[in-house]
Amino acid sequence: MINFKQVKNPMPEQDPQIRARNFKEVSYGYTAQQAVNEAMRCLKCRKKPCTTGCPVMVRIPDFIAKIAEGEFEAAYQIISETSALPRICGRVCPQENQCEGVCVRGIKGEPVAIGRLERFVADWHSAHVKDYEEAADIPASKGRKVAVVGAGPAGLTCAGDLVGKGYDVTVFESLHKSGGVLAYGIPEFRLPKDIVAEEIGKLEKSGVKFITNAIIGRAETVDELMEEGYEAVFIGTGAGLPSFMKIPGENLLGVCSANEYLTRINLMKGYLEEYDTPVPSGKRVAVIGGGNVAMDAARCAMRMGAEKVYIIYRRSMSEIPARREEIHHAIAEGIDFQLLRNPVRIVGDKDGHVTGIECVKMQLGAPDTSGRRRPIEIKDSNYVLDVDNVIMAIGTKLNNLILNTTEELEANSKGGIGTDENAATNREGVYAGGDAVTGAATVILAMGAGKTAAASIDEYLSNK
Amino acid sequence: MFKIVKKRKLNENMTWLVVEAPLVARKARPGQFIILRTDEYGERIPLTMAGHDADAGTIDLIYAAVGRTTMLMDQLEEGDALMDVVGPLGKPTEMEGLEKVCVVGGGTGNALAYPLACGMHDHGIHVDMIAGFKNKEHVILEDEFRTGTDRLYITTDDGSYGEKGFTTDKLKELIESGNEYDEIVAVGPPMMMKFTCGIAADYGIPSVASLTAYMIDGTGMCGGCRCVVGGENKFVCVDGPEFDGALVDWDELIRRNSYYKDQEAHDRAHVCRLTGGVRYHD
Repeated sequence: MINFKQVKNPMPEQDPQIRARNFKEVSYGYTAQQAVNEAMRCLKCRKKPCTTGCPVMVRIPDFIAKIAEGEFEAAYQIISETSALPRICGRVCPQENQCEGVCVRGIKGEPVAIGRLERFVADWHSAHVKDYEEAADIPASKGRKVAVVGAGPAGLTCAGDLVGKGYDVTVFESLHKSGGVLAYGIPEFRLPKDIVAEEIGKLEKSGVKFITNAIIGRAETVDELMEEGYEAVFIGTGAGLPSFMKIPGENLLGVCSANEYLTRINLMKGYLEEYDTPVPSGKRVAVIGGGNVAMDAARCAMRMGAEKVYIIYRRSMSEIPARREEIHHAIAEGIDFQLLRNPVRIVGDKDGHVTGIECVKMQLGAPDTSGRRRPIEIKDSNYVLDVDNVIMAIGTKLNNLILNTTEELEANSKGGIGTDENAATNREGVYAGGDAVTGAATVILAMGAGKTAAASIDEYLSNK
Repeated sequence: MFKIVKKRKLNENMTWLVVEAPLVARKARPGQFIILRTDEYGERIPLTMAGHDADAGTIDLIYAAVGRTTMLMDQLEEGDALMDVVGPLGKPTEMEGLEKVCVVGGGTGNALAYPLACGMHDHGIHVDMIAGFKNKEHVILEDEFRTGTDRLYITTDDGSYGEKGFTTDKLKELIESGNEYDEIVAVGPPMMMKFTCGIAADYGIPSVASLTAYMIDGTGMCGGCRCVVGGENKFVCVDGPEFDGALVDWDELIRRNSYYKDQEAHDRAHVCRLTGGVRYHD
């Protein structure tokens, strides 16, 4: 029986006024009844565009069919055939550009809420299925060592797939906690850290070793790892150095990168009284940028007690790159979107503290190389917003530590680590994926790359 | 966990710790630093290594207990541990092509000057060391400098030990008296480094300064440690920590390093945290 309702079952969530002041998860997730009802919106169409739209090719109609039958564990097993971190992807994937973006139901009305269903199934599994039932699946060790550099989405996925094939996997992480962007970047209210810890715990139980506080490229090089007996190395070190705008006033006190701001709050728990971490906590905050990172920073600022938070973005709402749901949430929480605005100068007082940001109004011209309409300044339209913190969320540049310290490893045209379609670099036994290759992208694309690399490493070592 | 194998009080303020950190010790070079966290609730702070022993798998940390983290560290004893130590970070000191240098250390900065001066000396460079302190009680590492460098000059502001005066006076005197230095290395409070590098510039001698800044990850990710060198933004963690002293925008560095002063002062008043000591907890 098909549910022909044109809109998704709404997601139960915290009241915007209340959640804007706490770090608890915004959305509660579907109940079993809501999930079944939503699952019945799927038309089970032959072409399965959703699966093709998924970077890791989850068999979406099949798992949704299982939900509709009330077989939630069976649904989970289908997802976990291809996705290593479904509790995470259900929460952070940009579904509107992937599976849901091509859903046939979306032609007239809203697509099936695939992301919410994935989240439901994964949460259900976590709450109802004990770990020991899964432990039986660990295959015998092949006695062959693989090193994974970076414990973010790419590395975790790669490690999970390889340990599942019987390799001895060690993950090296430069920070004190594993998870990469899932730990330091995405805030608690969007991705609770106990979920990240649970996923890492599962990998540990299945035999993956994690070494934190280990910077590959400094403490040890990739070449040294291989000399030590690691037969293959996967590099998933993520994106790197934060970009700044190179406008006057960027080094004033109270200006920081979103990387710094979010790390202080998420990794170092600056929002909790018992932690020593200081956090810039202005009453009026401007966040520059329109991506997910900008939304996260703006919504954190609200939760840190700001009275007014601006998002300043140089294009319009139709070009803004953040996940739709985050934009809706941000607006509901009272974030003020200054669209078609571009900062030209940050203003400070005599002690060097930020007091304001001068912006210029923009209009959209002809499309640029990215296909989006190019923003053009409107002359003499400058104005100043009074703010005491400015957070730059305008992207990152690639970190070249691994490239500089690995013998003869080649870069790609963007300056990332060069790979072929199988995630192989020019160096035998060295593979790479995720933001370290592509520049800043999404969790799911990094996971897809980690998956591809794991398959390539398995093939390489099987034939070696 | 990173065990403290030895703790030695250098004077009332300064402490020398030897800490087990084999992964760091193996590759450490003079001029590089680590980032540490005392416990689950602690901040990540950078600290230049005062030395390392690759065979023993240990690193040396000398610090003044003036900030929140260092005050907490001071409550740890031998056998206790730091929760996190990561490194080696930053570029090692450039030594190639140098024959004679003067290293100028100011106050607690002498702890950081120590590995640089001795490292350069071990590399075959002639090292004159000027170690400046407030007074006799603050003098540290005298024996180490004396054996580890070619010539040691101690100055105190009040003349209670060594020569009376500032390190900058001594530096001028050494240059005026005909010493031809290839480079002046300044390590200490930013104001002292600013003046030291200024003198070097006056005499046309290249200078190098070892900067400290707020930072989180130490690998370039946070950008918190950015400083202006030669009109351009640089990250202390990956581009430094040593920079051409003539090109550093000192006033901005001094300003940026003051950002969290108020919050820190506020926290120092939280006696419970400081007297409660470290809490590892997971």
